[in-house]
Amino acid sequence: MHPPENLANELSELLGEALLEPQEFRGQLSLVVQPQSVLAVCQKLKGAGFDLLAALTAVDYWPKQPRFRVDYRLYSLKRNQFVGLKVSLAEDQLELPSVEPAYPNANWHEREVFDMFGIRFSGHSDLRRILMPFEWEGHPLRKDYPLGYEEVQFSFNFDEIERRKKYVKD
Amino acid sequence: MLQPQMEITVDELRQLVSDRAVQGETMLLNMGPQHPSTHGVLRLLLELDGERIVNCVPDIGFLHTGIEKNMEAKSYEKALVMTDRMDYLNNLGNNLCYCLAVEQLVELDVPPRAQVVRVLLTELQRIASHLVWLGTHALDLAALSVFLYCFREREHIMDIFELCSGQRMMTSYFRPGGLWRDLPAGFDEAVRQFLSLFPARMQEYESLLTENPLYMDRTKGIGAISTEQALQIGLTGPALRATGLAFDLRTARPYSGYEEFDFEIPIASNGDTYDRYIVRMEEMRQSLRIVEQALDRLPKGPVRSNNRKFVPPPRSELGHSMEAVIHHFKLWTEGFAAPAGSVYLPVESPRGLLGCYLEGDGSPKPLRVHFRTPSFANLQAIPILSRGHLVADLVAIISSLDPVLGDVDR
Repeated sequence: MHPPENLANELSELLGEALLEPQEFRGQLSLVVQPQSVLAVCQKLKGAGFDLLAALTAVDYWPKQPRFRVDYRLYSLKRNQFVGLKVSLAEDQLELPSVEPAYPNANWHEREVFDMFGIRFSGHSDLRRILMPFEWEGHPLRKDYPLGYEEVQFSFNFDEIERRKKYVKD
Repeated sequence: MLQPQMEITVDELRQLVSDRAVQGETMLLNMGPQHPSTHGVLRLLLELDGERIVNCVPDIGFLHTGIEKNMEAKSYEKALVMTDRMDYLNNLGNNLCYCLAVEQLVELDVPPRAQVVRVLLTELQRIASHLVWLGTHALDLAALSVFLYCFREREHIMDIFELCSGQRMMTSYFRPGGLWRDLPAGFDEAVRQFLSLFPARMQEYESLLTENPLYMDRTKGIGAISTEQALQIGLTGPALRATGLAFDLRTARPYSGYEEFDFEIPIASNGDTYDRYIVRMEEMRQSLRIVEQALDRLPKGPVRSNNRKFVPPPRSELGHSMEAVIHHFKLWTEGFAAPAGSVYLPVESPRGLLGCYLEGDGSPKPLRVHFRTPSFANLQAIPILSRGHLVADLVAIISSLDPVLGDVDR
């Protein structure tokens, strides 16, 4: 189901300079916006009828630059349309304004992105790890984080492996 | 490159509870993760004033298995098996969501027969999922017999899945481009038998619960939410429809041929636990209608796309066609490549909006797979739903959202 032709035009009129470029891929419309303007854009889009934040996630392009991209998917009941927001983030500036004021359910989604990628959200009410244990080191969904493997402990090598495990040393 | 350890001070956590808890006026109680009515390993930190809930802080992640990370290390076709393990009550629905996303990313067609079979089995899966929900929900409210009846009927559906795919739960039956193989002999009779048996069984469940004063006392007015609040907190699926909004992606944005089926979207008005029950019960009836229509119109023809760059050739061709051998070898050693670009594909799972975010980079492995799972999003509403209710009602509220912890933590 392709978005209507005028949706891109209407949204670029609404967003003005905050919108860098509209993209279309496989019939899905995405708006590339500046990191600092993402909350303002979300508030404008919410005013324009996009009432549900349907997804919020990030992608790691390591070793390419800019390294990260955060992807928002908003849904409008009135128009029955999905629209994407894409924000590129350089590795030395991993901070984005939280969209919690516009979409309260961004709370957990932003916590997940923080947990998995280490991207911080300024103005977030409760930015803690959500899936990993709070003392965990690193951010597992980054591309330079190894997939990992846990050695199976048998009775003959239990102690030896136990000594190698990180938490034992602490 | 590992980040330095993140430290949390007690002050940072203090904001999670009210000042009264710090002064010792209210009690903090830990519920779960090993608690039978949290439907898995969900931990809730409750702040209680007597038996009333002042605040509830969910703590998830006990079942986090890194499914998204694992999928990035597998080819598109092999990553499919991970989706079964996410929401283990909606295996085929997860398969469908992922397959549709891959098909959209690589622009692959699915033959009509495969599409109808997908709808048929996904709707059977919806009934099976709702049956588990109904059984455990009633069990949490101390109605043990409903649990036993529901699992009896679910077993019929599990047998049908076993007939098709050889597996009861981890089916992996839908593949990018179609199905693993065609439906087996005896499928039609098995489904017809279920169709003839199930409506009477539904009446049995309803006679046990719908007008049961004990059940109504425990659920009416419990965990009510308005449509606006539900949308704000990202609540979808039966819980959103119970507030009076007929939002269902099967009709709003039909996929896999849902537009050809005649069914209704049940809604209710109060948005409480009882209404969620009413909506889910009616949804089972509507799913039954879809299954019946799908079975009647099941078209003949192939069940896998003929595009050999994405779908392996049938075994019979391997003996005499060199090209088929090459395709087979390429697909099973390397897999197919997807172009750079991202798609987001939402479908309606039994629990709500299930969205697959898939990004390719031109290689045979996905750059990023993310599932916006309905259980994760719906669980965020627990603090809002439970505030001011009794601890015993919290059990009803959790089960009325039907969270699957494998789906929450992935």
